[in-house]
Amino acid sequence: MKKSVFLGTLAVSALAAGIASAQTLEEVTSRGELNCGVSTGVNGFSAPDANGVWQGFDVAVCRAIAAAVLDDSMAVNFVPTTGQTRFTALASGEVDVLSRNTTWTFSRDVDLRFTFTGINYYDGQGFMVNRNLGVSSSTELDGATVCIQTGTTTELNLADYFRVNGMNYEPVPIETNAEAQQQYLAGACDVYTTDVSGLAATRASFEAPGDHVILPEVISKEPLGPAVRHGDDQWADIVRWVLNALIAAEELGVTSANLAELAAGTNNPEINRLLGNEGNLGEMFGLDAEWAVRAIAVAGNYGEIFAANIGEATPIGLARGLNAQWTQGGLMYSPPFR
Amino acid sequence: MSDLHAHTVAYVRESMIPEQVAPVTERGAVKWMRENLFNGWLSTILTVLSLLVVFWIVADLGPWLMRSVWDAGSLSECRRIWAEAGQPAGACWGVINDRLHQLLFGFYPPHLYWRPVLALVLMIPALGPILYPWVPRKLIWFSAVYPFLAYFLLWGGSIWLPVTAAMGFVAGGAALVLLRPLGTLPATIAAFVVPVIWWIVAAGPFAAVMTQILPIGIEFVRSDRFGGFLISLVIGVSGISLSLPLGILLALGRQSDMVLIKSVCVIFIEFIRGVPLITLLFTASLLLNYFLPPGTSFDLILRVIIMVTLFAAAYMAEVIRGGLAALPRGQYEAADALGLDYWKAQRLIIMPQALKIAIPGIVNTFIGLFKDTTLVVFIGLLDPIGLSNAIRASSDWQGIYWELFIFIGAVFFVFCFGMSRYSMYLERRLRTDHR
Repeated sequence: MKKSVFLGTLAVSALAAGIASAQTLEEVTSRGELNCGVSTGVNGFSAPDANGVWQGFDVAVCRAIAAAVLDDSMAVNFVPTTGQTRFTALASGEVDVLSRNTTWTFSRDVDLRFTFTGINYYDGQGFMVNRNLGVSSSTELDGATVCIQTGTTTELNLADYFRVNGMNYEPVPIETNAEAQQQYLAGACDVYTTDVSGLAATRASFEAPGDHVILPEVISKEPLGPAVRHGDDQWADIVRWVLNALIAAEELGVTSANLAELAAGTNNPEINRLLGNEGNLGEMFGLDAEWAVRAIAVAGNYGEIFAANIGEATPIGLARGLNAQWTQGGLMYSPPFR
Repeated sequence: MSDLHAHTVAYVRESMIPEQVAPVTERGAVKWMRENLFNGWLSTILTVLSLLVVFWIVADLGPWLMRSVWDAGSLSECRRIWAEAGQPAGACWGVINDRLHQLLFGFYPPHLYWRPVLALVLMIPALGPILYPWVPRKLIWFSAVYPFLAYFLLWGGSIWLPVTAAMGFVAGGAALVLLRPLGTLPATIAAFVVPVIWWIVAAGPFAAVMTQILPIGIEFVRSDRFGGFLISLVIGVSGISLSLPLGILLALGRQSDMVLIKSVCVIFIEFIRGVPLITLLFTASLLLNYFLPPGTSFDLILRVIIMVTLFAAAYMAEVIRGGLAALPRGQYEAADALGLDYWKAQRLIIMPQALKIAIPGIVNTFIGLFKDTTLVVFIGLLDPIGLSNAIRASSDWQGIYWELFIFIGAVFFVFCFGMSRYSMYLERRLRTDHR
């Protein structure tokens, strides 16, 4: 009897969880707050500043969503997640959206039942070596000792790359980026490998950044983007199109400086549709007409967010590269707002 | 006497030799060093090796510490200061200066820092009557109120939540006293059941009604604003203070004659001890969410406190069982012979002795529990270690490493060393044998 009651309760709550997951937008608006999963700290992407306010490139995506949905970019509850807890936190409903430089892969999309709503940063795995080694290409790394974070896709990529090129390496397993810096600088390994954005951020913090080179080869594709749960397409659409709105704003020349002026109406119909002066795009997914204006108003368009957090003017100093607009030779390409 | 022998035997001295100082090898520092440092070739080798290690550490760390920079807003500023002084890199303590409030309080609202500080200060009078015999006994009432007061100060919100929670315990105590004439067993059962019924059935509506009538309260602070040493202390202190009584109950239950109670206790203890703490923490942070109905936001820190408490209680139960096992059978029989009932015998005769025996083990578990609180970093709570990662992720402080660990280690050392010294004091005070 007891057991059946217990199992019944479980079944009901599981059922309720299934039904409720289709109403994320409703939940978020009634809560008045967006639960956003971020990393516990990746330079430039998400980290709390001295006042405890989260800053970064991934954080900006969540603030834009919150502004579009709740009209308050600060109404975000940032949930720090680790590499191990991030997917369960999303699947169990603890966070509404996961914006935690997570690589979009087949199995994460299909097997873990997440929907990746776009790509906000095209990353790839690279190598950093000391200039004194005189290495100019990763094909010359035969026999090197390599500092590598364990349990990541980087580890698998590394093994694949060295096998394909018929080279040997000796792995030095490390746990965190900070530890890797210590090991690398202490000479425990010749090479440090992780995503190129991470290498650039790490190198920027060295006492003598010029003594280290990031090799030109990028050995993997790491498309990073926000993810939501399967089963709530309305919410996935909102997250997807907020990101697209930021990207399209850059393409269309909408910046935080001219946003107010353009929002009053222009003679470009696509800008008008994006900013809610023509058509009823916002209404289609349950928001008002001004949603994109609010999202862009938080920190500007995609290019401005990039420049402020990880761009060449910041200590991290990443070039746009693949993350430039498609019109500039990059891969950032928003579907049309129509 | 010397006169007597002076003419009889030539070799007998006439007078006392004046007192001489002991040979140089048998006195002062030399003697001490001979006895303690160079006593035989093995200890000589060990001494020389130890001196080398000490010298190596000082030679390595000393200059690094001597070049400490306290007044800097970022690592690059530290580096500029060293470069201007023409020195190699030293310790950049600017990070502690810059982020101290974050390491201590996490994201707690700065204008409310007085609340956790006050809670910590009030902990001293609350612990006083428990820890030291010379503190007035009357203060124990404050100790009983303190948990609810501390909750109110830390989280804030309506005052009626902690008050109604406390009323549950009052109701339990009243049931115990009122039903005592009916026998120990019904009184004990009632003491457990009545508070549970109060909390489940009546507490919610009562708190709601009282909040309507008398809305007393202070600003509510959500759990996810907690961080740094605040989180370590909240988890550690509540885990420590809850696990001891729970552990005692489990230890007694394991020795009980009642099959049901005994098997529940044994299964609980063996299950918890068989599972790593990190697994329990992952269960608390991730798995529970699947089972709870959606929308119920069951506080993460509360879940972690419960798991840590259960974990420590299982270990505590075994430590106390060790104390119980060390008591001679005669003590139990003596208590029976005096006509004491079970709880009186436990309270007056068995437990005081068993707990005294178990003090080193208990404090050991406490210290372990306090240090284990840093494991919450794996479920994304920003305790000091988690915050150190977050601080390193800011562009200002990326590349800083040892300074944060040294600071966090030093603070933990202060707490753990304090606990260990207290346990030694307690052992000395309670020593009743005649060694």
